[in-house]
Order: sequence, then structure tokens, then C-alpha cells
Amino acid sequence: MNDLRPVERTVDTKEIKFDCSDVQVHYGATHAIKDVAVKLEDKTVTAFIGPSGCGKSTFLRCLNRMNDTIDICRVQGKLLLDGEDIYDKRVDPVQLRAKVGMVFQKPNPFPKSIYDNIAYGPRIHGLARNKAELDEIVEKSLRRGAIWDEVKDRLDAPGTGLSGGQQQRLCIARAIATEPEVLLMDEPCSALDPIATAQVEELIDELRENYSVVIVTHSMQQAARVSQKTAFFHLGNLVEFGETGQIFTNPKDPRTESYITGRIG
Amino acid sequence: MTDATANTPAAPKEGKHAGSLFDADARTQKRNASEARFRALGLGAIGIGVAALIVLLVSILSQGLPAFQQTFITLDVYLDEAKLDKNGERDIEKIKKVSTFGYAPLIKNAMTSRNEELGIDMAALGVSDKEMSAMVSKEAAAQLRRFVIANPDRIGDTVEFEFLASGRIDGYYKGRVTLESAERDSNVSPGQLQYADALKEGGALSTHFNWGFLTMADASENRPEAAGIGVAMIGSLYMMLVVLFLALPIGVAASIYLEEFAPKNWFTDMIEVNISNLAAVPSIVFGILGLAIFINYAGLPQSAPIVGGLVLTLMTLPTIIISTRASLKSVPPSIRDAALGVGASKMQSVFHHVLPLAMPGILTGTIIGLAQALGETAPLMLIGMVAFVREFPSAPPEGFFDPASALPVQVYNWTTRADPAFVERASGAIIVLLCFLLCMNFLAIILRRRFERRW
Amino acid sequence: MPVLWIVLAVFGLGLIGYFAGRMRALGSAGGDARRLHSLPNYYGWHAFMLTVVPALLVLAAWLLVAPSMIDTRIGDSLPESAIAEGGSRSLVMAEVRRAAVALDMAIEQGRMDSETAANLRSDMADVTARLKETGAIITSTITQPVLRAAQEFRVLSGISNFWMTVVVGLLAIAGFALALLQTHKDFRARNTVEAGIKTILILASTIAILTTVGIVLSMFFETGNFFEKYAWTEFFFGTKWAPDFRGDSELGMLPLLWGTLYISFVALAVAVPVGLFAAIYLSEYAGPKLRAVAKPMIEILAGIPTIVYGLFALITVGPIVRDWIAQPLGLGNSTNSVMTAGLVMGIMLIPFVSSLSDDIINAVPQAMRDGSFGLGATHSETIKQVVLPAALPGIVGAVLLAASRAIGETMIVVMGAGAAAAQFQEGLGAVINPFEAMTTVTVKIVSQLTGDTDFASPETLVAFALGLTLFVITLGLNVLALYIVRKYREQYE
Repeated sequence: MNDLRPVERTVDTKEIKFDCSDVQVHYGATHAIKDVAVKLEDKTVTAFIGPSGCGKSTFLRCLNRMNDTIDICRVQGKLLLDGEDIYDKRVDPVQLRAKVGMVFQKPNPFPKSIYDNIAYGPRIHGLARNKAELDEIVEKSLRRGAIWDEVKDRLDAPGTGLSGGQQQRLCIARAIATEPEVLLMDEPCSALDPIATAQVEELIDELRENYSVVIVTHSMQQAARVSQKTAFFHLGNLVEFGETGQIFTNPKDPRTESYITGRIG
Repeated sequence: MTDATANTPAAPKEGKHAGSLFDADARTQKRNASEARFRALGLGAIGIGVAALIVLLVSILSQGLPAFQQTFITLDVYLDEAKLDKNGERDIEKIKKVSTFGYAPLIKNAMTSRNEELGIDMAALGVSDKEMSAMVSKEAAAQLRRFVIANPDRIGDTVEFEFLASGRIDGYYKGRVTLESAERDSNVSPGQLQYADALKEGGALSTHFNWGFLTMADASENRPEAAGIGVAMIGSLYMMLVVLFLALPIGVAASIYLEEFAPKNWFTDMIEVNISNLAAVPSIVFGILGLAIFINYAGLPQSAPIVGGLVLTLMTLPTIIISTRASLKSVPPSIRDAALGVGASKMQSVFHHVLPLAMPGILTGTIIGLAQALGETAPLMLIGMVAFVREFPSAPPEGFFDPASALPVQVYNWTTRADPAFVERASGAIIVLLCFLLCMNFLAIILRRRFERRW
Repeated sequence: MPVLWIVLAVFGLGLIGYFAGRMRALGSAGGDARRLHSLPNYYGWHAFMLTVVPALLVLAAWLLVAPSMIDTRIGDSLPESAIAEGGSRSLVMAEVRRAAVALDMAIEQGRMDSETAANLRSDMADVTARLKETGAIITSTITQPVLRAAQEFRVLSGISNFWMTVVVGLLAIAGFALALLQTHKDFRARNTVEAGIKTILILASTIAILTTVGIVLSMFFETGNFFEKYAWTEFFFGTKWAPDFRGDSELGMLPLLWGTLYISFVALAVAVPVGLFAAIYLSEYAGPKLRAVAKPMIEILAGIPTIVYGLFALITVGPIVRDWIAQPLGLGNSTNSVMTAGLVMGIMLIPFVSSLSDDIINAVPQAMRDGSFGLGATHSETIKQVVLPAALPGIVGAVLLAASRAIGETMIVVMGAGAAAAQFQEGLGAVINPFEAMTTVTVKIVSQLTGDTDFASPETLVAFALGLTLFVITLGLNVLALYIVRKYREQYE
């Protein structure tokens, strides 16, 4: 346990969770991501912004190898999670994804009960030894997902019966239930109304205490509200990466400025 | 810092995901093994499907291909005037009076003379005169008679004929009959087989492609060698014509109404429900319908292609309607709007623009429907097409009312007969049927590829 | 073929009407097509339609109704004695019709003049012989009443034909005249023609309903006749199937139903796992190359006619099952068996199950899979725990459709399952042994209707009751399956 101490100590100085360099992604003949290098910190919300088709979602999906499910997609470069290359042959994407959870654009609860939705991850990864432990995980996850109070009386009801915002929080709770270290969110609020969006944003802010959160968003206001670090993508390039405040108030690159002021996008 | 963790893969970390990503933990290994098993099951299922197809085709081909080969015996027959036309008047009516029994001795004589020519000693082989005559098919006498009636002026000449060898002799050269099995067979003796070998050596017996299989009519129980699928093919062709000329227009008309004009009401719903149910009604039920309505009520003749065609039309309609509607649906509404926008009526927009664009899809569906109808057997059995038909139906339209067989029913008919030679015939007929189906499906694929439009 | 001539004549008149209508319309507009309400062709079609359609409709109705009216009249006039000999009224009527046809042929071939044919009264054996010479199908000696009836039949048919020709001809001419009267440059010919075409389209689409009605009615009446002669309780609940052409048969349906269900069960036990796994592999795992080869190959199985499967069962699978499994285990000596028919039917159903399941699995949204992958599930876990449960209703629907197919399948069981009904009275062993021959509902429909028994006997009529039962069972399964599948699709739309 002695080894742990320096790790714990570096929390204050924000340990690097993901260290990516020289990342190239090809979709068939299209060069979707070019030479992206970025360091994502632990216990931080990092926002990826940029116009549609700039590659921000593609890059996000590289981080837990979701692109593996697309036949024509090729990923090159170094993506180190805690110093280990996640595209190494020895890495099992299944194990990786348990560690790097993901929340999708459209809420996608499974056509099962709320309870089973949350319990799905812990069950396949064998995180609970018995029913009591599983119950505990479910409750904890739903609480952390800020939806416990709304669903605690109807855990057996189907997850698809919830409202859009509730569904998305359920999906976040579902992702949390496997106790990931990084949480990837691909435009989690784009299908939600403003009130639900506010709830989810609030939740993201709370999640920062325990996880490294990476969020792709279309809305610059959202990025400004929830993130500490912001990365601006344009045409497959990472144009600028820095403190959110600095990016929005004092961008270094003219392209970032144009985007933020609404001239491109 | 990061290097340090990379070099110590076992470094215990906080949380549930302790351990390096590079080492699959026990649970992950177990899960991956189950994944591999699952994949193997899937691959196995596909393997079973493909293997079943291959076994089926190989078994049918190996059984059926010999049907296209047949053993023939070549004989020089002296057309004896004394037997065929005693008065020498060449009166065709009188020549016709001589039945096939009158022709049998001519063939026997021809065989005897061929034996002398080749130096075959019948006594040594232990083949009696009766057994010698049984070497050629019973069809041979009929063949001879047809020739004489067609060419009465050849009476008195010696003409070379190629006669079908009898079924067992033919079976000997196809491996169905052996010297051992002939011992136990009342229809053939080992001596006859040796005699056949001797004839073959002398060049009087040969095995080659048998056009007769494709052109001849069915033959009776004891002469499988003469059975062909001619009548069955004509019957199937007639039925397909009926189906094409009824099902295509009716199906297209119904689809146009349902897709383009039908209001959303209970009547339309009822039609829709009926169509989707008819598509799944067992084919034999259509046979009962045909028997009760077309034959018993309307009084149409049994075994007639028109009845078969009507029954198959009703069966094929749902298929054609479903595919036609799909292709009408795939024509984008912008085409209709464009036509309506220049002042065409709804009817004009459909008939001038939508229908031509949907035509390839409609034809593809029709061909597939026809292919289905061509292979259908059960309903045709109920309307009497299992009957033994030796006469070719006449040309349409009268021919539609003449008794005929159909390819699949002919196959069934042959499988119910005792002589194993008929199983070979049945498999041969199946090969022909499958060839037709293959051609039709191929045509459908070409049509689809050639005219497929992506909007 | 006088009917053909009537049709051709009507069409000819229609064609004249087409050109006359066109010309008349153009004439009324002074030869300037622009002043017409519709294009000139529409005036032509209008005339054609009015000439042809009513006339042909009446012709069709006449042909449909007249024979049965003539039959009833003659049937009623037949003396009871004639019927007693022949068995039933319908059989005697068939005889009468054949005799009438023979008389027609005799006249046509010049063997008799119509006078003799109408007044023939001589020795019946001689008449029969003379009529047989014509090549017509005369099975037994014609009796006096039958000959009388046949002669009357010819007279009535002649009258009916005459009036039919007159009425149809008059209608055609009337339609022709009306159309030409209406034709004027302001007449809305296009709208009328289009309304007519629409009516034709509607009629075409009602054929589906008519077919269903025809199926139900044709089986309903004969089933009613059957239940008059045989108690329905014994049919539905009887445990013995033993038809006897001398009468006194036992026609219990249960042994046949058991055979049907047993064979269908074996078929589904083969087809559902194989088809489902093949569909899963093809839609979830297979690369484009494997898919391009394996998918069409499995689909070929669907295009093969059932007679081919029947032959396959008869010459290949049956002997293999008997020689390699049944005989070594001492379970049976028959090439026809439940196992043979079930296996082959299972192969037939593989593509059916797999293509339906394929559609259904593909209808599960990708977002579901992504959600599961994103949580670190393996592909098979995703399929087993997310995709399949989500697709379950659809798959159940597909299995029900496959079951309905299996129950209604005929040729494979005719050639592979055998003709012996399950023998309930011989104990359970004989009934559940899958290597014994066992017959099904469809096999018995075929054998009872293609046999030589009297059409009015319960042994034949039972086929209609079996057919109706089969129709109801498959219809129920189909409706249920379609309902489930539709509900399932709505869920993801």
C-alpha cells in the first residue's frame, strides 16, 4: 500500500489519466483524426468542442475502443491509460471499457427493469458476490446518478418508461455502476430539454469528485458551465487545448476564436 | 510517474479494476472463452445449414444424373410384309389394325439375326427366347409400329432402329442391377446381363444421352425406361402461363389500389389482413379450395392445367402483391408530386410515372412468385394432377382444358412406384425442375441488379 | 367455344367503339384536340369500357349461375329410382353431364344428327356403345332416366346459351350507343375512365377477400355434410384413426394431430437453434466475405420446392436414419419416420427462421449494443443479455410462423413420415417413438381426397373437416405471430 501514497498525493496536482499522442484515425479512405496529442487529467471535466464532423466524437470513442465495433475504422498512435497503451495487443477491450465507461448521445436504457439496467454492468463484471451487495451497488449508483429518489419505488418498472432526462441519468448511473475511472460522455444532453439538461450538468459537476469526465458537446455554453479543461477540434485536428476559462476568454488560435465568436461552425 | 505504473503491472490500484490492462484477469478469460464458444456455435449453425444444402444437392444430383443417360440396343429390323400388310395394299387403316403384338416377332427375329452376326450362343448363356425378347423395352414394339404407320412405303425393307433396352438392363449399366442381385430378381437373369455385355462388345448396345427423357410422356409401371417428363413440362408451362396472365395483372392492380388509392378504413384493413394471412395459409388448403370451387362447383375438368393455374394464381397473388407494393413504396413521393404539380391526375401520375419506375421490382417479384408456383405440389395433387397422363395436351387455349401432369407432381407420382428405376427418373425430373428454378431466380437477380435504383 | 366467340365479338365492338368515340369527340371539337375536355384517347377508352365491361360482367355472372340452376332443375326432375341406383344425386348428375357431353361430341363428329340425339330412346347398351365411340368418358351403361336427363340438359343449356348470347350482345350494343351519345367535347371522359379503372383496381384487390371466403365456404359446407354423417365429438376427441371404405370407419382426429405436432416439434427443434444461431452469427459476427457466401447459400434452401425435400427424405435421410440410428438401437425398421420427416422439415425451415430472425435482430437499435459495449460487455454477453431479450417478441413471432409452416407442410410428410396413424391404444411407447412411421393431418387430407372412395362418403368428407381444422390452427398461429411481430416493430419505430 506504500506505493499508493505518491499517487494519492498527486491528486492535488491532477494526475494524468489519459496520455495521447500522435493519434491518427482513418475511416476507410477518410483521415478523420490527424496527429492529435492531448493529456486528460483525473478528477477533471474535459470538454471537447468543435463544429460537426470535426472528429471530437470519433476521438472520444477511441478512448474506450468503441471504434473497434466499426469494421472500417483504423486507429494508430499512442493512447496511454495510466501509462498502458490501450491499443496494445494484450489489452482486452472488454476490460478496458469496464474501466472507461461511456454515456451516449441518445439515452439508451436496455428494455429491462430499472434495477436490471443498473445491475447489468456489475453482473457481467462480477462486482457483487451476492444479492445484498448488488442491491447496494444499484442504490449507490442510482444515488450518484441523482435519480434514486425518483425511481426508488419502481425499480422493477422498465427503464424505457422513464422520461428522457431520467433515462439519461439512468444511463449515467448505469455507467457509474461498473465503477469506471474515466467517464466518456458523447453529447449527453443533445436529446434533452433544458430542465433535464440542467439536471445532468449538475450531475456531471458532482461526478468530477470521483472520476475523470470527458464530455463532447455542441454547446459552448455547456462546455463553459461544466468543464475545467477544453479541447477545440477542427477538421480532425486538435487546434487548441487548455483551461476552459482561457479558451473562451483568450483563445490563442484564430480558428478557436472564430468558432467561439460564431464565425465558423 | 506514468512510467512507474507501466512498469509495475501488478500495482494495486484503488477501485474494482485493479491490475494492469495487459493481463486479462481470470474472470475476463472465462468470459472470453464463453465468447469463443458462442461464436463457434454460430459458425456451427451456418455450417449445418450449408452442409445440409450440399448434401441435399449432391444426393439429388448423384441419384438423378443417370436418368439423362439411357441404354439402347441397335437392331436391323426387317419389316416383314407378310406380317404387317398381308394384301400388299398399303392401306393405312389396315396397317393400323396390326397391334403391337404383331410387331414383337419382328424384333425377336432382328435380335436372332444380330446374335448370329455377332456369334452369340444363346444356349450357352442360358437365355431363353422369352428372356431375349425381354431385353428390349416393351416400348420398342410401339416405336416400330409408329414408324411403320408413318412410313408405310418402307414395309419390306430392313431398317436400323435404336430401341430402348429394358429397365433392368439399363440398371445394370448404371450399377443398380448386379449379377448377384439378378439371381434373386424375377425380372432379369444373370444370363441376360451376360448377353447384354456380349451385345455391348459387339457394338449393338450402347449408353448415351437420352433426349426421350425430356420429350416423352409418362410410361406405365413396368417400362420405366420409356418414361419421360414431356407432358409434365408442357403441363407446368401451361400453368405458368395461366398464372402469369392472371396473377400479374390482378396483383399489380390490387397493389396499385392498396398503395396509391385506398383510403384508410375497415375495408382496406380487411384486405390487408387477408393478403398477409393468405401468404401463410398452407398450400394444401388452396388445393381443397380448387377441388371444391373449380372442379366440384364450376365443373372444370380434373387434371387440367387451367384449374392448376387458377389455384396457383390464388397462391401466388399474395407474393406478387407484397413485392409489388414494396417496389411501389420505394418510388419516392417527389416523383408523384412532380407529376401532380404539372397538372396530371392521380391516375396519370401513377400509370405514367410511378408504375414504370416500379416495374423492375414488380417483375422480380413476379418471377419469384412464378418460381414458387412451379415447385408447388400438394394443391395440384388434390385437383387430380396425379393421374397417369400419356397424351400430350393440345395447343392453347383448348390445351388448358386437356388433362396434363406437372413436373413436381410427376416426381411424386414416380416415387410411389415400385421399380427403383423410377426413383432415378424422379431425381432426374427434380434436376430439370431445379434448373428451371435456378434460371428464373438468376433472371430475377439480373433484373434487380440491372435496374435497381437508389433514390 | 362459343363463349370465346362472344368475348371476341364484344371486344371487337369495343375496339370499334374506341375509334368511333375518339372520332366523334374530335368531330364535336371541330378537329381541334385542344378544345376537348380530355385527351381524345380518353373518349375512346370511355366507349370501349361502356361496351365491354357490363357485357362481360353479365357474361361471367351468367356462366357462374346458369349451370347450377340447370343442375337443380334437372336434379329435381330425376326420378328417385335413378338416384337409388347411382348412390347420390350429385353422382347421377355427374353421369348426366357426361352423357350430355358425349351427345354433343357425337353430333360434332357427325355420328348422330341433332334430331336423333334429342329423340334417342333405343336400347341403352347400344346407346352407351355409340357414345363411347366418340371418345367421351362414359363409365357405366347409361340408364333411361339418365339419357332423358341428358337430353333435357342439352335443351336447357341450349336455351341458356341462346339467351346469354342475346343479352350479352344487346348489353354491348347498348353500352356502345350510350357511350357515343355521351361523347361531346365538354364530356369529362378522363374522370369517367379513371373512375372505371379505379373500380377495376378495387375489384382486383377484393380477390384476396374472395379467396378467403372461398376457402372458408368450400370447407365449411363439406365439413357440415361430414358432421351430418359422423359425430363431431368422435372426430375431435376420437383416439383412433381407422378409415374403412366399406363404411363404419373410425375417424378420430387426435392421432393425426399428435403426429402433426410431434413432427413439427422435431422440425422446430432442428430449425430454431440452427436458424437462430446462423442469423446471430451472420448479422453480428460475420465479415462481409462470409456473409456474401453463406447468406445466399442458406437462402437457396428457402427457394427449393418441398417436393425436393420430400425426395431427399425418401431416398437419403430415411435410409440413413433407419440404417444408422433406428436399427442399431432396435427402435424401428421403417425409412418413414417422425425423425426423418422432422429432420428434413427442420432443414427446410432453417432459412425461414434465420431470415426472419435476421430482420428482427437487425431491428434492435445499434444504441442498445453500444450501451452494452460501453459497459464492457463482450459481444456474446451483449447478444445474450441485451439483443436477444429485446428481440424476443419478434423471435417468438418468427417461431410461431415457422410452426404454422411446419403444421401445414404436406409433401415432406407425405414422402417422409408414412401413412400409419399413431396407435394410441398400443401404449405410450408406440406413440412417442420418433423412429416409427406416423401420419399427419395433411397426409390424410391428400390420401382421402386422392383415393377412389365415393365423394359423398364420410371417409372422403373427413378431409374437409381436417382441412378446416388445419386452416383454423395455422390461421390462429399466423394472426398471433403477425400481431406479436407488428407490436415488436412498433416498439422500435
